Amino acid sequence: MGKWFKSGTPWIWMTGGAVSLSLIAVIGLVLLIGWRGLSFFWPSTVYEFDMLDEQGQHYNLIGEIYDSETVLKAQLISAGVEGLEDKGETLERYLIKIGNREYVDLDFQWILETIVSGKTVPKDVVVLERTKNGNFYGYIDAILENGQPVAINKTQFASELQKRVIRTTTFKDQEDQLLGSDIGHINYELEKIRLDKRKLALDGLLTEDKIGQFDKQSQRLRDQYLVLEEQLFAYREQAQRDSVQLRDMTGRKVILPISSVLDFHLPNDMTFFAKVQHWFHQVGKFISDDPREANTEGGVFPAIFGTVFMVMLMAVIVTPFGVVAAIYLHEYAGKNNITKFIRIAVINLAGVPSIVYGVFGLGFFVYILGGSIDELFYPQALPSPTFGSPGVLWCALTLAILTLPIVIVSTEEGLSRIPSTLREGSLALGATKSETLWRIIVPMASPAIMTGLILAVARAAGEVAPLMLVGVVKMAPTLPVDGNFPYLHLERKFMHLGFHIYDVGFQSPNVEAARPLVYATSFLLVTVIIGLNLAAIAIRNNLREKYRALEH
Amino acid sequence: MDRDFANKLKANRKRLIKDKLVKYSITTGGSLVLVTLLLIFGYLLYVVLPIFAPVSIKEEKEFSYQTDSNVLALALDEQNDVAYKISDDGKISFYSLRSRDLGDLLLEDTMLSEHTAFAQSVAAGHAYLFADAQGQVKIFQADFITTYPDDARLITPNIRYPFGSEKLTIDDQGHAITAASFQFSDSKAAIAVVTDDKRGIFLVLNATQNMMTDEIEWEEQRISLPALPNQVDQILLSPDMKNLFVLSHNDLLVYDVSDTDNIHIKSALPINALDADVTDIQLLTGASSLMVANTNGVISQWFEVLKDNKRTFTFIRDFKAEGKIRTIIPEYFRKVFFTADNKGYLSVFHSTGHTRLLSEKVSDNESMQVAISPRANALLIAENTRLRLFSIDNEHPDITWSTLWQKVWYEGYPKAEYLWQSTSASDSFEAKMSLVPLSFGTIKAAFYAMLFAVPIAISAAIYTGYFMSPSIRSYIKPTVEIMEALPTVILGFLAGLWLAPLIENQLPGIILLLVSLPLSVLAAALAWSTLPKKFKEAIPEGYHPLILIPVLLLVGYGSMSFSGTLELWLFDGNARMYLTNELGINFDQRNSLVVGIAMGFAVIPTIFSIAEDAIFSVPKSLTMGSLALGATPWQTLAKVVILTASPGMFSAIMMGTGRAVGETMIVLMATGNTPIMDWNIFEGMRTLSANIAVEIPESAVGSSHYRVLFLAAFVLFIFTFFFNTVAEFIRQRLREKYSSL
Repeated sequence: MGKWFKSGTPWIWMTGGAVSLSLIAVIGLVLLIGWRGLSFFWPSTVYEFDMLDEQGQHYNLIGEIYDSETVLKAQLISAGVEGLEDKGETLERYLIKIGNREYVDLDFQWILETIVSGKTVPKDVVVLERTKNGNFYGYIDAILENGQPVAINKTQFASELQKRVIRTTTFKDQEDQLLGSDIGHINYELEKIRLDKRKLALDGLLTEDKIGQFDKQSQRLRDQYLVLEEQLFAYREQAQRDSVQLRDMTGRKVILPISSVLDFHLPNDMTFFAKVQHWFHQVGKFISDDPREANTEGGVFPAIFGTVFMVMLMAVIVTPFGVVAAIYLHEYAGKNNITKFIRIAVINLAGVPSIVYGVFGLGFFVYILGGSIDELFYPQALPSPTFGSPGVLWCALTLAILTLPIVIVSTEEGLSRIPSTLREGSLALGATKSETLWRIIVPMASPAIMTGLILAVARAAGEVAPLMLVGVVKMAPTLPVDGNFPYLHLERKFMHLGFHIYDVGFQSPNVEAARPLVYATSFLLVTVIIGLNLAAIAIRNNLREKYRALEH
Repeated sequence: MDRDFANKLKANRKRLIKDKLVKYSITTGGSLVLVTLLLIFGYLLYVVLPIFAPVSIKEEKEFSYQTDSNVLALALDEQNDVAYKISDDGKISFYSLRSRDLGDLLLEDTMLSEHTAFAQSVAAGHAYLFADAQGQVKIFQADFITTYPDDARLITPNIRYPFGSEKLTIDDQGHAITAASFQFSDSKAAIAVVTDDKRGIFLVLNATQNMMTDEIEWEEQRISLPALPNQVDQILLSPDMKNLFVLSHNDLLVYDVSDTDNIHIKSALPINALDADVTDIQLLTGASSLMVANTNGVISQWFEVLKDNKRTFTFIRDFKAEGKIRTIIPEYFRKVFFTADNKGYLSVFHSTGHTRLLSEKVSDNESMQVAISPRANALLIAENTRLRLFSIDNEHPDITWSTLWQKVWYEGYPKAEYLWQSTSASDSFEAKMSLVPLSFGTIKAAFYAMLFAVPIAISAAIYTGYFMSPSIRSYIKPTVEIMEALPTVILGFLAGLWLAPLIENQLPGIILLLVSLPLSVLAAALAWSTLPKKFKEAIPEGYHPLILIPVLLLVGYGSMSFSGTLELWLFDGNARMYLTNELGINFDQRNSLVVGIAMGFAVIPTIFSIAEDAIFSVPKSLTMGSLALGATPWQTLAKVVILTASPGMFSAIMMGTGRAVGETMIVLMATGNTPIMDWNIFEGMRTLSANIAVEIPESAVGSSHYRVLFLAAFVLFIFTFFFNTVAEFIRQRLREKYSSL
């Protein structure tokens, strides 16, 4: 035994153990996020529990088993739970999602298995996704049209409800379309007229003539608005025609207008295939829908859009600078102190905490640069800032500085892998250095540039701390791209997946309800980032192989 | 032919010019990186520096006036447009300070030409009192009316009489008043006087609204002050009308006058500085600090401190001016005060910061009077028949190197402390900005993270770089490195919402893991060594981690499920309560342990990647040589590889520390963000970075708070700059060494 220790074998095993631990941590983490994020969309079985409380009263609970844990009986007894003497050593405790938020005190309840006296899986229980107050669990009693029950029998409830939900959704979509695009456009135009007028007034060019023109324009827009408004009310009225009468777990009669129902399913009456279909449907909705109810329900589309848009903008900014800097360092820089300083600068830029970039971005880009832009080009909007407040452009710029070292390092590595024979060959044939660069070096290094860019994008997509200072918000009313001229609105604030995780996980009013959404969002972000990284690794490996072949 | 050649030359010249252009533009582009770094450095510094800028005063305007009386009081309006003085002939005179009519007398009125005492209320009230020999007082108030004729601001002075233009009788017996002090609010007024027959009278006026006429009527209540000393030099009523300070030679008596039925002396104590006499006492803004000026130029600060459950007046700190101090002039809103002494020096102090900001000779006149404008941006000095207006540049008196990094004794606190409390709901709140608790939090978080990360990352790097077979190394390394790409917001979210509750509920299991995991590895190793040779040879060397994964998973699961039983055995079923009640250790759900694990997780790949590179690139000739001489692999590792690669490993740890120090999202989400200073692993902390993220969106641009947050960023910047530069330097050296081997 002593000899065995002396040989060092156990220590080798210990170091091996550290590798295993790291692997378990990485893979475990990704699996945890993936499992929790994706299982959320699976239609889980809804149980009807027959509960027996301490007074011997029976009551019902309808809900999904959201979580469960095993507790020791002794622990429960020491915590003061009574009546467990005849139970086993360990007991199960369930977290039940009850929904119906406006009717119950707690929509998530922990119950101990001992007070459950029975559990059934009713086929006809229905889960309704609503615009407000989360899910509703209950049974359909009737479908009402203009307050009158539709004469159909019970088996047709689901299909009838489906039909009516689709009908109502069509009207609501038209309403949203009208609100978002047409009426939004009119508002945008009116605001622009106001600003134009103010600008002319500031320049002292506002004549009676011009005022008349502006008034005519805004009058025309207002007339248009009145027409649209009528249409809007018509849609609304149409959407409010139907409602559904339900019965919840306590037997209470609840009438929900179908305009408040987004979707519904009968989880206990679904085949496996239907469940898979439902899962994909839910994932699709998660990706393409807007968030609802303070981000705790609905999808993450604006966050995805914002992230992608900001990262693309950043890539456009960072690529030329990074590539030029790398070319300078590798092809032009002499061995002097300036070069040394630049290298130190690159390394330090990579190591500076991201929050420092955020502070710099806020002070320099937003307040100084943005403030000056406002004074020069948007005096009419002052004192409300245009570019002088956090926005997507400043985020992109801040992250461009943050990711600059990544692009430089990666590009330089690519440049250093190009055999010098190629350069010398090109120069020997009479090409100038710039021609060699343009025709030979840069094209050959382009996969390396690509790698750097992908890594930069991956880093930028996951960075949150600086963005909190320079332009991310929890809820942006409009996307940075829309149908109003000039289509790109770089001064607007935007939503971001990473910030969404922080916000929903830590600032939301109902953490328990929001948690699965956070896992799902995290999984989305992790997938994108790991995907990007794997792509970068693949390109880099491919590149290495290629140059290895060139060298021989 | 010639033309052809010329054309070619021309084309060549074009190419050459293009070549040069490209060269210059690329060089410029390359230098931009350096410019960016300098820009960040310079910009942060540009924002930070004003907080350390010295105070400066500059004479702007002056004018003379005709008088043969002395100035009793002096003040300015908020815009520094109008000044007024009250002189001992009982007059109040308003002068214009505007450039267009500088020195014009705007309004003058005699209040009380024969008077025996004079007093003024809190500076912001602009209210004054003259007392006469018949035991009566007259109270008046300077008022400024702002109008905007022709869109330009016009300030018109005005005199108001809050208690009517008639004199108010204080002493029923009609004795002369020798000293007075008064304060008032909308609903209450209090006047304290001392008469020439050594009686002290405290008059309280309570406002009641007449039900019929809606007019305010003042209801009088007259109380005589008990145990008044024979000699009274100065009396001072606090603006909240709760304390009355009586200065008798060098002794201070503090009367508690908050309850008119029970006026009593709370404390009596000598307050003079060593070998000096008291010349003036004055309350600072906020009315809790009493400043005492002495003949030798020492100003001491006193306030009530809770000691043994009793509030006692305590000496806090003292300041030193040039000569014998004549008056102390506190600022309206900040804890800054000015002193004028008999040598004509004007000194500016910040009380909390314990700093003398400025001391400058401004006058040859011994008896100059000084007034500070309400916004503290101008200063008025009256000497003989001259009024001089100075501008003051004193933006950030509250922030000095010592308030940022040393213990500060704030008003109302029992002792000097390091405190970070930048904002509060109340207006009279004094921001407490010490970077020490934040720096402490940063170091604590980084320390626990490194405690977790370094052993795992370095061990893993050793195994991967030295023992692992190349075929699996090419998979393992990128996998661990991918961890680095994981957004820290996700790690923070998991730490805060998954790990923190897990640790709270399964604390014994988590602690058990610390023991059971290494032991299980050893047990597995021992078991493996006893396995038959045939079986062992089936799996080649360098696959240990893969064998260990199932073992670790099983032991981990086992430890966690044993947690409840263990908790029952050792901690009466509730580890958290046990810690708090039995051991006296506070337990926060989001604590340093959570941060340590989560942030450790974030820095493992950084350390692993660099250390592994260093170990892997140790020249094979060295290891081969060692092995050939008969050393075991472990001996070779310990004596050759680690020694050679140690600078690289050190540099890896430096890089890791740099990352841990600057990390924001994890600490933001996984700690309670309370700026406490305690090494307890079960309590949270607030780090510099998280503090910036939380507070900067709400701080006003250009305020002291904003600049201090920039300073925090600058500290982080310098810190990581240092760490990264050192680490990179070591790495470069190592690379050169390897290449020479």
